[in-house]
Amino acid sequence: MTERPHLAVIGAGPAGLAATVAAAARGVRVTLIDSAAEAGGQFYRQPAAALRARRPQALHHQWRTWERLRDALAGQVESGRVMHLTDHHAWLVERQSGRFTVHALLGPEQEEPAVVHADATVLATGGYEKVLPFPGWTLPGVVTAGGAQAMLKGALAVSGPTAVVAGTGPLLLPVATGLAAAGVKVAALVESADPRDFVRRTRALAAQPGKVGEGARYAARLLRHRVRTLVRHTVVEAHGTGRIEAVTVAALDGAGRVRPGTERRIPCDTLAVGHGMLPHTDLAETLGCRLDGPGVDVDGDQRTDVPGVWAAGETTGIGGAALALAEGHIAGCSAAARLNGAAPDPHAWAAAAKSRNGLREFFAALDPVYAPPAHWAEQVTDDTVVCRCEEVTGGAIREAVADLGAGDLRTVKLLTRAGMGWCQGRVCGPAVAGLAGCGETPGRRPFARPVPLGVLARAGEPKPSDAAQ
Amino acid sequence: MSKRLTCDVVVVGAGMAGAACALYATRAGLDVTVVDRGPVAGGTTGAGEGNILVSDKEPGPELDLALLSGRLWAELGAEFGKSVEYEAKGGVVVATSPSGLTALERFADGQRAAGVTAQPVAPDALYDLEPHLAPGLPGAVHYPQDSQVMPALAAAHLLKASGARLRTGRTVTDILRTPGGAVRGVRTDGGDLHAPAVVNAAGTWGAALAALAGVDLPVLPRRGFVLVTEPLPRMVHHKVYAADYVADVASDSAALQTSPVVEGTAAGPVLIGASRERVGFDRSFSLPAVRALAAGATRLFPFLERVRAMRAYLGFRPYMPDHLPAIGPDPRVPGLHHACGHEGAGIGLATGTGQLIAQALTEKAPDLDLTPFRPDRFGGQDV
Repeated sequence: MTERPHLAVIGAGPAGLAATVAAAARGVRVTLIDSAAEAGGQFYRQPAAALRARRPQALHHQWRTWERLRDALAGQVESGRVMHLTDHHAWLVERQSGRFTVHALLGPEQEEPAVVHADATVLATGGYEKVLPFPGWTLPGVVTAGGAQAMLKGALAVSGPTAVVAGTGPLLLPVATGLAAAGVKVAALVESADPRDFVRRTRALAAQPGKVGEGARYAARLLRHRVRTLVRHTVVEAHGTGRIEAVTVAALDGAGRVRPGTERRIPCDTLAVGHGMLPHTDLAETLGCRLDGPGVDVDGDQRTDVPGVWAAGETTGIGGAALALAEGHIAGCSAAARLNGAAPDPHAWAAAAKSRNGLREFFAALDPVYAPPAHWAEQVTDDTVVCRCEEVTGGAIREAVADLGAGDLRTVKLLTRAGMGWCQGRVCGPAVAGLAGCGETPGRRPFARPVPLGVLARAGEPKPSDAAQ
Repeated sequence: MSKRLTCDVVVVGAGMAGAACALYATRAGLDVTVVDRGPVAGGTTGAGEGNILVSDKEPGPELDLALLSGRLWAELGAEFGKSVEYEAKGGVVVATSPSGLTALERFADGQRAAGVTAQPVAPDALYDLEPHLAPGLPGAVHYPQDSQVMPALAAAHLLKASGARLRTGRTVTDILRTPGGAVRGVRTDGGDLHAPAVVNAAGTWGAALAALAGVDLPVLPRRGFVLVTEPLPRMVHHKVYAADYVADVASDSAALQTSPVVEGTAAGPVLIGASRERVGFDRSFSLPAVRALAAGATRLFPFLERVRAMRAYLGFRPYMPDHLPAIGPDPRVPGLHHACGHEGAGIGLATGTGQLIAQALTEKAPDLDLTPFRPDRFGGQDV
């Protein structure tokens, strides 16, 4: 075995790929651990090879960046410096005496364990979509905006001839234009944010001409596909028996409430809805990493407060692929320097740091603009299912707060089971917090995914005292 | 904003013990205010499994309290029904070796003499009770009095039914005393609450509250993890655990000990718990503790090998040096009562504790002799 220091990178999206390539180029042995069958993550999601897509790049921007990363990864795998473990679902990262053990399950069944030992780790676990409930949101045909995009990118499939794209956030634009380009009639793009709010944040925007151009290109595409854009509007209800047939949308007033009398019904057979993204922080939290808001707290080197643990990309806060690439690069450089016994030299990644800092500022300015309507919870009727795993309704959550003394997310969960099911509150957490009128607190999910007890019973090296029992 | 409020009793702690104290005190005609720095069931109650057990207790004062509490729980179970997920499912304590069976049966003999229903189970009958147990087990004892309740729901519903005023999110910063030293209320960060009696139902944090009144009460944390599986059809019908559990509860060792109680729940998931470690208030995840739970559970029920753990949570049991709670008036501070230090049995023992506290507050003869539970029994100095 080689004596080279060993870095485990978890997640093969933009951040993880950039970290892997940067660290490997600096002489570190890297194991890249990812749940998908191919590298790329959500952003560079590839059509399954069997589909023989002729022009997969038509669905992506920054295709050339991807090609460069992909080729660099292939080169490092070829040279033996990087091992790329696909279909590995990490459920726990254990830190013992300064070394790390990544515990994973082999996909797709996720029944057999796999273990990676490393001297340091980069967490590039990405983010997931936030979706807030409304009456009818559980009807078949209602999908997440990201889900619609994933279907488009991965399966080259569309979900029905007429779609409405709704919610809030920068993701809605590529989803709407992607669906339209794939031949779907996009009946409306319903965005609850107010374009005037962007203007007020011109300083951060002006510093990112690339992002402004990106927005302009999407606007032009929407126009070309005759997509009607309704700003300061929200979905009030999805209708249908058996599956979605129409949505009611309405205008919002200045306070973020539905303006009575502005409701209109739009027939559709797909509703792609999203309210932004949230960082995946389970692995980091169990390692004891400090959070900063919803994301993992990192320093200028992308280091967390736990020695040997770096974090990059959406897991540190939502900011898109370009920011993830910059953060991943810095994490890879910094981790490599420390593993090689050198003090990291920030000058070595000055360009990436400049890009990172500018993009962070941009997304910090964007974040308050793309907030769901202030009073979205008023649309949730008492019989609307809020937690789908445990089938907990809005009424049950309100009762726990009003009658049983629940004032925080954990107590609502204990009293209603909202968030106790398969997704462990990842989907319903923000919704439950909104309905309960309390803050979103970290989920404290020690397992990043469900793990068979037989695997758990043998995970790691048992102590002699355990063996004696 | 400082608000004055006057009542008969202030109960500090909105967990299971505080809720039971509030319920029995209001039913005894007292005007009660419950105050907690967190939400309802925010401490150990929200991290518990909901064990109402007689099976793990040797004859003595704790067993007497458990028997009293079990009877009261059965009454509350009839009253509150499904809302608190009360289930008189019974416990099955399994021996894993012939010598273990001998020891278990001897233990059960003593319990029976103290009023516990304990029925020896032969190997063939064992698999009628629990068809999915590992094969080849030598025998067990069935305890029909063991029961289950969903602790957070129970605390919330008992508090609601009590009609006591609930002040959550208020931290008690001082215990107010008269010039003569008697309790006259509590100071909180949201105002003073005046009352001639204060009940310390602060659980694992009971020592800190006692210190505010100037007395020493040695309540310390003992960490436990509980594992929760994906929802299943009912595969485990009783509370099932290996006989070595009994030895662990009474253990003074600071090291990790694990002998998991395995049970199905009304909601579907199987609960596996709990580990026991003395590590202070350390909230960090421990793979060794959780691994040992999984190993113990899969040894008892091999089908669990392929069942997925969805989550694990931890809590801090309030333990006292002699493993008995502190219940009743504190002779060192007139008006101060304690109802804490139940270690891992607080849910089960809460009803009896609440009843005894209500009797003490109304100066009625207690159902049990409180001497073994005296808060000043450790001879600690005033602090």
